[in-house]
Amino acid sequence: MSSTESREKRLKVDGAVQISELHQTAEYILPDERFTKPVAVIECIESIPCNPCETACPVNAIVIGDDITTLPKIDPTICTGCALCVAACPGLAIYLKQQHWGPSLSYIAFPYEYLPLPQKGAEVTMANRWGEAVCSGTVIKVIKSSRFDRTAIIHASYDSAFYEEVVTMVRL
Amino acid sequence: MNQIKREIVVIGSGPAGLCAAIEAARSGAQVLLIDENAKPGGQLFKQIHKFFGSADHRAGVRGLDIGEALLKDAEELKIEVWLNSEACGIFDSTNVWVVRDKQHSITVQAQRIIIATGAVENSINFPGWTLPGVMGAGAAQTMINVNRVLPGHRFLMVGSGNVGVIVSYQLLQAGAAVVAIVEAAPTLGGYGVHTAKVRRAGVPFYTSHTVKEAHGNGHVERATLVRLDEKWKEVAGSEFEVEVDTICIATGLTPAVELAFGSGCMAVNSPALGGLVPVHDETMRSSNTAIYVAGDVSGVEEASTAMEEGRIAGLCAAHSLGYLGQGAYEARLGVLTRNVNALRSGMFGQKRREAKEYIVSSYGAHR
Repeated sequence: MSSTESREKRLKVDGAVQISELHQTAEYILPDERFTKPVAVIECIESIPCNPCETACPVNAIVIGDDITTLPKIDPTICTGCALCVAACPGLAIYLKQQHWGPSLSYIAFPYEYLPLPQKGAEVTMANRWGEAVCSGTVIKVIKSSRFDRTAIIHASYDSAFYEEVVTMVRL
Repeated sequence: MNQIKREIVVIGSGPAGLCAAIEAARSGAQVLLIDENAKPGGQLFKQIHKFFGSADHRAGVRGLDIGEALLKDAEELKIEVWLNSEACGIFDSTNVWVVRDKQHSITVQAQRIIIATGAVENSINFPGWTLPGVMGAGAAQTMINVNRVLPGHRFLMVGSGNVGVIVSYQLLQAGAAVVAIVEAAPTLGGYGVHTAKVRRAGVPFYTSHTVKEAHGNGHVERATLVRLDEKWKEVAGSEFEVEVDTICIATGLTPAVELAFGSGCMAVNSPALGGLVPVHDETMRSSNTAIYVAGDVSGVEEASTAMEEGRIAGLCAAHSLGYLGQGAYEARLGVLTRNVNALRSGMFGQKRREAKEYIVSSYGAHR
């Protein structure tokens, strides 16, 4: 079995990717502790015809190329963390992350299209790729911009022990 | 009987029909767009999610906003639109019998007809399937996104293709719980990013499972799910119940071909694209050279593909009437063909691409 097949196996049964499956994907780049600001992380591991992330990026940090089924590849050292790609991705497969945002705290900014929206400062429950509660988090800000076209972006901090596991919050 | 003449009549104002009408009008042709519904747009206005594709396909834009933009284009081009108008039949190759407002019959003598009648949802039947609360996923989507009515609170989704997972996501957005998504096949059908969206909202998937029975007194109250073996046979003793009040069926679509076949268009069987479809060439022309087809009626794909096919049909129908110089026509057709091919690229597009190639390759044999 090719690596592509085994990687997609769980995704095509569970509906979500295992972290181990992500690690087999060269295009998945989780920023390490050296990054001093949140940058985009892309969890797009299937070749679907789609490139709004590349089009949205104002600094050309995301490359797909002419064949729009190519997986997007980000250069996190160029990414400014503007979050335009986070809102542009029709798959809601992009978020921003920073491993060491504060003492034992990681940072995430993820797309959120449910109501009600959390309030700034609220304690929320952070969730993994299966929607399971992982740890508590604090909402730092909630961005609603016309540039994001009705996709809110929730910025939150959470226990850095769960840096990679957390991708969203439990819905309110 | 009333009788009028128009150069191009487009039947169906969904993504394909709208784009066909716009492209034909831009090319210079006189266009009449007919739709049986009270509002144009077909299924576009219930697509509240951002579309895939590239900038050429308006990717990243929500379907309903694409619909608004197309209506604006149609208005600016002064395209004649008849709503509440049913195309009941096509006679003598190019005469369209239309009933307007369920009252007046009128025959439109067209030089070219573009059939963009879309598709209908498939159903599956099981004991209890006639109970109120069992409905097509598309029907539920219309209720929540167009009519703003939530038809239930706890949903079972049957089918994990893109329709099943997108509608599940939108049901969550509308405030419902999606208790389970079952898929008879051993693997999920929809894009991974769509399944991941509902999975991280806590919705469980059950592959190799289907709904065995719906229970309830007067409406759905519970459903029995059952596991399927590798031969798709129910595994005895694997049944379990879920508490749901609504069961959505998302088991694919079938092209709405009645008008096309009734008019004498030849058929070709395309299982990958929903069954029997009118055979057509790469310009979307059917075996009746005055009739073009576009969108789901020519093979079920997605709205983005339907829009590109509609543009191709509109362009080519207009060109066949002498509009646009050869150079401008060929250049535009090249762009549109590239756009539609881009949407059929990659692992998800391969089956559809091969199926379309087969339909086009069958064209010569049917002429």
